[in-house]
Amino acid sequence: MRMSLLEVTGLCKYFGGLAAINNLDLTIEEGEIHGVIGPNGAGKTTFFNVVSGIYRPNAGQILFEGTRISGLKPSKIAEMGVVRTFQREAFFPKFTVIENVSVGRHLHAKEGIFDVLFASRRANGKGDHRKAWEIVELLGLADAGDDLAANLPHGHQRALGVAIALAAEPKLLMLDEPVSGMNPIETQHMMGLIRKIRDDWGITILLVEHDMRTVMGLCEKITVLDFGQKLAEGSPGEIQGNKLVIEAYLGAEDIVAQG
Amino acid sequence: MSKRNNQTPTEGPVSAAVIASPAEEGAAALKAKRNYAVPWMLGLTALLAIMFTLPFILRPYHVDLAILFLINLILVVSYRLITTTGDWSLAHVVLMGAGAYATALMAKLLGWPFWATVPLAAVAAGAVGFAFVYPLLRTKGFGFFIATFAIGEFLRLVWIKFHNPFGGPRGMINIPSASLGPLDISDYIPYYFFILAVAAISLWVMYRLDSSRTGKVMKAIYADDELSECVGINVARHRALAFVIGSFFAGLAGALLAHHLQAIDPKNFDINTMVYLIIWVVVGGTATFWGPIAGLLVMTVAFEASRPLLEWRPVLFGVILIFFLIFMPGGLESLFPKVSLLVRKLAGRQRSGMDSSK
Repeated sequence: MRMSLLEVTGLCKYFGGLAAINNLDLTIEEGEIHGVIGPNGAGKTTFFNVVSGIYRPNAGQILFEGTRISGLKPSKIAEMGVVRTFQREAFFPKFTVIENVSVGRHLHAKEGIFDVLFASRRANGKGDHRKAWEIVELLGLADAGDDLAANLPHGHQRALGVAIALAAEPKLLMLDEPVSGMNPIETQHMMGLIRKIRDDWGITILLVEHDMRTVMGLCEKITVLDFGQKLAEGSPGEIQGNKLVIEAYLGAEDIVAQG
Repeated sequence: MSKRNNQTPTEGPVSAAVIASPAEEGAAALKAKRNYAVPWMLGLTALLAIMFTLPFILRPYHVDLAILFLINLILVVSYRLITTTGDWSLAHVVLMGAGAYATALMAKLLGWPFWATVPLAAVAAGAVGFAFVYPLLRTKGFGFFIATFAIGEFLRLVWIKFHNPFGGPRGMINIPSASLGPLDISDYIPYYFFILAVAAISLWVMYRLDSSRTGKVMKAIYADDELSECVGINVARHRALAFVIGSFFAGLAGALLAHHLQAIDPKNFDINTMVYLIIWVVVGGTATFWGPIAGLLVMTVAFEASRPLLEWRPVLFGVILIFFLIFMPGGLESLFPKVSLLVRKLAGRQRSGMDSSK
């Protein structure tokens, strides 16, 4: 049996009287691509924010590789190997693409006082350099490596967000709506990339997504949230046939039609 | 000469050259070196020559002005260091005062020598900065701005309230003048050279920090603190680091000022002085290392030139501040790329002119 990478038990997050997440249990196995879906306001993004440490949970615990991460700072959680992307455009617009990625490599490029004073090459060393370019190439940004991030087209900016997260070398990469606002061709490309990140780099993927086609085509396991609770869980096939899920969605026919 | 020394005020393209692809790196660097190394060396030599001859040409009053300029130079560059993380502080001048009071207390009460009290005063100001920054980190943006004012005023009121040992509203007098062992350096010219050396070392350290990886991370925090935190950057620690290092150099500037004036009082470090500091960085801009220096230089000249209109000076400076906020929000440094482009264009024209004449 494979060891569970992330174990969420009894997780609750309230905003005033509203339970954004209510007693949620969720397990992510190492090496899988796991999707979290649900109608608007189901608590998907709140779930992301709690796991990545931006919000503190009101109750419950989150174990990563058997260690409790709930309540830690986001930077500490990232250090342990859980790194997320954002739904919004999240990158450093005034830096070049390669500089963006090199900021993402912060955890793997320590710099001492002598490196600072004498501009040693250790911090910007060759190994680090190569890794940054490798990531940029993987995401198809190599030609734009020295361009300012602000000047990139939308699809490339989304890819850059993933590149920055990937640069931190996570064990679990959490993608918040990775294909939102993309055209079908860009979406196909991004799906291929996500699969490649898992297959070639062995990084477990957790993603939240609105686009049903992406979720069904990409994920091996899907968790459906509704009103902050788990409605259903299973393979894409199981989810498509689940009556509860169809009822929860207004566009229920769409799921069936697209599947 | 390392590649980084060729950095021009236009940050983007050159820092791109610093982290260029391994393949292009060599060629691009070589090209950049050839383009910039000679003018840079010439400029630096000229600057040094001017700095060294200046005190011998000028009258004592103007040497005094140059000393204050160098002290303010350390102050404004250390202030800009804190702003690179996105934190705008109103406590910086108070931290300068912390250094000034610390050196005065150590010199007067303990009788310690100048060479010991000045670095220790800088460390003391850094420690005060460290104590300040802990509660301040809970705030950001405008909240931080106001909180720094409150916490700064707290320290200033302590100086005013306690006659022993701070001297109350009248401050401290008879602070020993500067000397290194038996060597008295308190006269204008020796003190000028001493401060020139201290300022050069301080600026070098802060320049290195600015162009280091850590400096880049501080700018990343300014751009997007949430994203920075989520890729593993400890935002609080980096903000604290910038604030403490900034406080250290502010304290150093304050200690040098205290031994120069030989008398300090809480009014030296009040909000009026802070407003001048803000005018310097607004006029110069804070995106590059050189912006605040340009701002300080221009405003020091403006300050001296406006001496005849004494009572009108606050109005004049207010107008200048508003002018820059509205018409040149990037400060003087936003002109650097335009000027360098113009220079390159003129140089290019000259070269092509020579070519065609052949």
